[in-house]
Amino acid sequence: MRLGYLIREGFRSITTHGFMSFATVAIIVACLIIMGSVSLLSLNIDAMIKDLEDQNEIVVFVDESLSDEAAARDLQRNIEAVDNVASVQFVSRGEAMNSFMSKYDASLMEGIDEEVFRHRFVVHLNDIAHMSQTKADLEAIRGVAKVNAHLDYAKSFVTIRNVVTVVSMVLIVMLVFVSFFIMSNTIKLATFGRREEIAIMKMVGATNSFIRLPFVVEGLVLGIMGGCIAFLATWGLYNLVTGRVVGSITGTLLNVIPFRNVALQVFVVYMAISVLVGVFGGVNAIKNYLKV
Amino acid sequence: MVVMQNVRKVYESSNTVALDNVSLTIEDGEFVFLVGPSGSGKTTLMKLITGEVRPTSGRVVVNDFDMGTIKRRRLPKMRRTLGVVFQDYRLIKDMNVYDNVAFAMRVVGTPNREIRTRVPYILELVGLEGREKRMPGELSGGEQQRVAIARALVNSPRMIVADEPTGNLDPVRSLELMLLLEKINEMGTTVVVVTHEKELVNAFSKRVITIDSGEMTGDTSEGEYYDI
Ligand SMILES: Nc1ncnc2c1ncn2[C@@H]1O[C@H](COP(=O)(O)OP(=O)(O)O)[C@@H](O)[C@H]1O
Ligand SMILES: [Mg+2]
Repeated sequence: MRLGYLIREGFRSITTHGFMSFATVAIIVACLIIMGSVSLLSLNIDAMIKDLEDQNEIVVFVDESLSDEAAARDLQRNIEAVDNVASVQFVSRGEAMNSFMSKYDASLMEGIDEEVFRHRFVVHLNDIAHMSQTKADLEAIRGVAKVNAHLDYAKSFVTIRNVVTVVSMVLIVMLVFVSFFIMSNTIKLATFGRREEIAIMKMVGATNSFIRLPFVVEGLVLGIMGGCIAFLATWGLYNLVTGRVVGSITGTLLNVIPFRNVALQVFVVYMAISVLVGVFGGVNAIKNYLKV
Repeated sequence: MVVMQNVRKVYESSNTVALDNVSLTIEDGEFVFLVGPSGSGKTTLMKLITGEVRPTSGRVVVNDFDMGTIKRRRLPKMRRTLGVVFQDYRLIKDMNVYDNVAFAMRVVGTPNREIRTRVPYILELVGLEGREKRMPGELSGGEQQRVAIARALVNSPRMIVADEPTGNLDPVRSLELMLLLEKINEMGTTVVVVTHEKELVNAFSKRVITIDSGEMTGDTSEGEYYDI
């Protein structure tokens, strides 16, 4: 009975303020979609950077003075000791030549001695944002002749990532605040329409949490509706947009995350935000009535 | 029971001393009229009892709760020992008579079974049997005030406080309502009634507390409402 009463009250209020309820859900949907879009964009850029990190190996060439393989291998420990180095793999001049010959025409190599190739290390980094620093550190090691790294790519992607991260953080904070404000004001309308009832409830000794509950239920229902609609809309939009992108830019390094890989996370985050906005919107709306 | 000791209430917003140096005791089971001219502080005294305002200084104890220091979270518990009646009835317009009374039980979490037996009993007690399905707008003023009294009574409070309950009623309905409150008092509930209607007070032989300009100017048992 009590639970039935509370839920009925929550819904009654939503239908009496139909337009405002609709507007609130619409604003929450819009806010969540914007948040979701920037977050998904940021996730995709991150994934691309990860790809780049995997592809973008730094090659450290060993100085000819260490032509003996064992002496060259000794450098491994020095390289591993450098900050930001994730993995180091030794490639002997013989292996380098074989790999070169398998990629190109073996006839080019006729009569060429493997002495032309240097021993080398293939190095992967933890974070390509610090690639230039790491390159300098590697070059400083005694016995390293040369370091090959592709800095340009890395730099621009990292810049984009940082910008998107900052923008999405600011947007998310702002939009959560906007949703909360709109939610709270809609529910305030409901509390205003029922102020006499609230006053009577207080007079006969209803507890504050009891008085608050229908409004929290109202907020929850509005929030969850918004969250569900926003989830479905994000799903559709994402597939539409990524379909276009992948379709138009062929053969690039753009590797889009499929929606199903992030669907659960998106759903959970949307629900968490909309439930929080609903509950706190309801609590905030009724706050002033519960003081006396 | 109400105990007030040297109570002073100042409204900061209007810089008004609404009550000053009020000391009184109302024992369990008493019937008390609180009289005085408009603006003398009667409603303020009632609000001190219901916990809507707190005393600026002095002590107010109501049904064993110290109203000066009571925690906000304990107010509901305190208010369940009181039944409150106002001049303007304060019924919920879109609920029928039965639901207006049952509402007071629902919001304090009374089981349905108990509500179904208690509400008809109380409605009969206040003389509203057969009116259960009426909406407040379909009732006379006297009947609406009876609904309000039924609502105040339904949770079995220790004390009923009524602020000018007959203010909107004609003399005959006023007398009937006062007789109802007397009957409720005889059944064991303490009753405090605010009024400024002299004839009504003098038709009964009850304790009369008089206040004027925020100060107590009289307290007589089996008293009358004298012109001041
Ligand atoms: N909420 C309030 N804020 C400021 N002043 C008030 C408030 N309520 C009452 N007063 C003032 O306190 C005095 C006593 O008012 P009240 O207790 O309502 O008197 P009564 O009920 O006897 O007519 C009046 O002068 C009134 O203007
Ligand atoms: Mg008054």
